[in-house]
Amino acid sequence: MAETAEKLVQTLEPAALVKNEPIKKVSIVFSQGALTSAYAGLILANAARMSGIDACMFFTFFGLDVVNKKKLDNLMVPTVGNPSMGIPTFLGSLPGMSWFATKMMKKQIDKMDFPPVREMLETLDDAGAELYGCRMSADMMGLTKDDFIPQVRDIISAMDFYDKSAGASIIFI
Amino acid sequence: MAELAVNGKSVEVNDEGFLINPADWDREVAEALAQASGISLTEKHWVVIDFCRRDYAENGEAPGVRRITKVGGVPTKDMYALFPGGPGKLAAKLSGLAKPTGCV
Repeated sequence: MAETAEKLVQTLEPAALVKNEPIKKVSIVFSQGALTSAYAGLILANAARMSGIDACMFFTFFGLDVVNKKKLDNLMVPTVGNPSMGIPTFLGSLPGMSWFATKMMKKQIDKMDFPPVREMLETLDDAGAELYGCRMSADMMGLTKDDFIPQVRDIISAMDFYDKSAGASIIFI
Repeated sequence: MAELAVNGKSVEVNDEGFLINPADWDREVAEALAQASGISLTEKHWVVIDFCRRDYAENGEAPGVRRITKVGGVPTKDMYALFPGGPGKLAAKLSGLAKPTGCV
């Protein structure tokens, strides 16, 4: 009786005492093209790489803007319908507001010694992160691999994305 | 808290293997820390470590990876080849410094 009780404790104890497994891989989905959304994902990806965690980045819908050669230098901060801006919607919709908010945000980002989006993407690629575009979104928007920065390895489907995310924690932005 | 054996003496490290007291650091300690992390130090590693120590002396904290690449002149690809377990933490650890606090 005592033996079975002891055996039971032995099997349960390790499970109860085991430390959380460190994360080995993250897959980050970029679904938005706002500057703030881009940085959220890029910084998470970079922190992962700095910690030795594999990182896969998947750009879909407006997230494709983040890797679109023609758009990625001009990502904006949303000023309309953005409850975090602290300004009334009618103000946010005035011409120039988005430009102004974006300029302020970029200044702050630069002060923190964070690189611009383009440089961040290059750094991430050098650091071994994998960048992919979403096939469906690219088709919808009439974009091909040539429209994207060279760091984008391929345009893949959502199912391919899941294959590449085996064992990964998926982060959706 | 644990102890790391370095050529006959021992230094204190925390749960993650970081030196508790930066003043305990010397090149032998660096070798021991590297060995514990599965890295054999080469000239290139020392370039990074020396930069981190100098930068820490000037600024009071361990440089992040971006600073090491921008100011220290070490290419990003090299950083990831030299410290495969994650250069963010490893460069600081082997330099006897605490983890950097930034995100780049």
